[in-house]
Amino acid sequence: MAEMALRIALVGNPNCGKTALFNQLTGARQKVANYAGVTVERKEGHFFTASGHRISLLDLPGTYSLESASQDEKVTLDVLRGQHRGEQTPEMIICVADATNLRLHLRFVLEVQQLGLPMVLALNMVDAAQRRGIRIDVARLSAELGIPVVETVAVRRGGVDALVQLVDQTASKIPAAAAARGGDLHQQVRRIMADCVNIPQLSDAKVDAIDRWVLHPVLGPLILLLVMFMVFQGVYSLGKPVTDLIGDNFDQLNKLVASLLPDGPLRGLLCDGLISGLGTVLGFLPEILVLFFFILVLEESGYLPRAAFLLDRVMLSVGLTGRSFIPLLSSFACAIPGIIGSRSISNQRDRWTTILVAPLMTCSARLPVYALLIGAFIPAQSIGGILNLQGLVLLGLYLLGIVGAMVVGWVCKRLRPRDAQQPALIMELPAYRVPQIRDLALGLWERGSIFLKKLTGMILALTVLMWFISSFPNPPAGATGPAIDYSIAGYLGKSLQFLFAPLGFNWQVTLALIPAFAARETAVATLATVYSVANADDVASLGHVLAHQISLASALSLMVWFAFAPQCMSTLAVIRKETGSRRQVVLSFSYMFVVAYACSFLTYHLVKAFA
Amino acid sequence: MRLSELGKQQTASVVGVEKLQADDAIAARLQDIGFVAGETVKVITRAPWGGDPILVQVGTSRFALRREEASRIVLQPGVQHG
Repeated sequence: MAEMALRIALVGNPNCGKTALFNQLTGARQKVANYAGVTVERKEGHFFTASGHRISLLDLPGTYSLESASQDEKVTLDVLRGQHRGEQTPEMIICVADATNLRLHLRFVLEVQQLGLPMVLALNMVDAAQRRGIRIDVARLSAELGIPVVETVAVRRGGVDALVQLVDQTASKIPAAAAARGGDLHQQVRRIMADCVNIPQLSDAKVDAIDRWVLHPVLGPLILLLVMFMVFQGVYSLGKPVTDLIGDNFDQLNKLVASLLPDGPLRGLLCDGLISGLGTVLGFLPEILVLFFFILVLEESGYLPRAAFLLDRVMLSVGLTGRSFIPLLSSFACAIPGIIGSRSISNQRDRWTTILVAPLMTCSARLPVYALLIGAFIPAQSIGGILNLQGLVLLGLYLLGIVGAMVVGWVCKRLRPRDAQQPALIMELPAYRVPQIRDLALGLWERGSIFLKKLTGMILALTVLMWFISSFPNPPAGATGPAIDYSIAGYLGKSLQFLFAPLGFNWQVTLALIPAFAARETAVATLATVYSVANADDVASLGHVLAHQISLASALSLMVWFAFAPQCMSTLAVIRKETGSRRQVVLSFSYMFVVAYACSFLTYHLVKAFA
Repeated sequence: MRLSELGKQQTASVVGVEKLQADDAIAARLQDIGFVAGETVKVITRAPWGGDPILVQVGTSRFALRREEASRIVLQPGVQHG
């Protein structure tokens, strides 16, 4: 390398279009990680200028101020001051401000300027400003601030060329920092605004028009309901076929490998352990990606904060916040991205409560189990000609999770100490924007790869372990039952049965709960193995066997167990990672275990008594 | 008069933000985002179910504030309708 990369930090208010600008500058050349010791996302990318300077760009968290105490803001301030462990002080700052929202953003620009680092200002979204007739005297603004100012349109091709040129010029000769100014920042902003900016209308007529519908007291919630309905429809109608396709392909691969290898432990490990394990993990990906896609579209368009606005009161009454809506929505695909997404909740207690209830949302891994049990035990009866009993039971299971989450949230709210930091909303509702394909693609890639990285290792290791304990030791010569009866897993199932007998679970079901702890849906495969059903995907024949082997009361109790139980180790591992607290993991595990046990117990005995 | 009492679509001028305690992080944040003396604010709408939170326009930005947060913001009496 000819020269060291020039370290530039990108800072700005939330909603200034900083991420779009970062994506436009660095393209796919970015790396996402965490800052040392905190769960604040660290994004770094690089690009080359026309004359070949290598620029390393650090995207700092968006923040309104450098003084308040949130984790994001502390990281931003520490990095800019060169006080963050493991981070070098940036050599230059690109401060991004929304040209349509300068009254708010200029105060932050002045605050960052006080740090005394060389800086340029990127005046972003100038196209939107022009459309609204906002006129900005850029030359004068630059003179007033004492720093170079360039206009950018982060979402348009070539919209950041002027910024790259400016960086190119400054890379060989970094401008001196403007002299720091004291005094009241708001007053200075007002003076600069009066001198340089002409705003004909404070609000955007288009935003006003959309908000009249979207935030309408009656229509608003209805629109929200419709949007959520379409998201879930999309997840199942777009994601499900791909998921099935992946499943089929892995089955084919499994058969192919099985036909090539001699019968023995190696074939078992490869086929039953590795390939089916990988198939399971990848099978989740399409539905999760589709859900992420919709969430990203809603996020980028500016709708999600509106949804949070509409729902804040309801969420608050059950101990959550409007901001919990987004993580909880993701949790319907999988609790892991939901828990990671709770980072956007600034209040620590609100965040913990959200993490605590996220696993209660019915994730896609529960569906195969529900499908099996509902198909086997609930008659496909139509009610009133339009409703279907099976569908109603499934809906009931979803509602069970939601109601459970509300109760848990409410309990957390009652337990909140009086002197704890007051939870706050204070949430900006930005202007609506058309989501850009580049930003969607990069966002999807980023979230998808985090999900895969977190899960593959864990699920693979566990499936291999499960395969091992259910295959060894081999059954003795002349044994008649299925091989798993004689294995470590069979032994475990039988020895744990006393614990689950009060819930109506026989030892086979108890055994299926063990792999379900690695990944819920593997319970289906395990039941297929113990009941010696040839093909685990043949849900109909497995259901048929089950219907003869266990009672309706046990089946309902098992469904309730799956709604609440602390299953899926990956979720617990992510909770540990995101909260950095072992106590939180123990708390999550134990409350879910107790709730699941109590509810299953009640279900079993009530159904047995009345049916 | 406080921002929490301002009616829908009404405009008023900010006098200041009241701190509930010495290190009131919410009050500090409200000042950061532009609720400072002399600024004009307008209540755009209220959320369904009890009208909490409210949507407030300050400068060119819009913020959702819970009533309890909005009540920290003191307004000039004599509301101008608009």
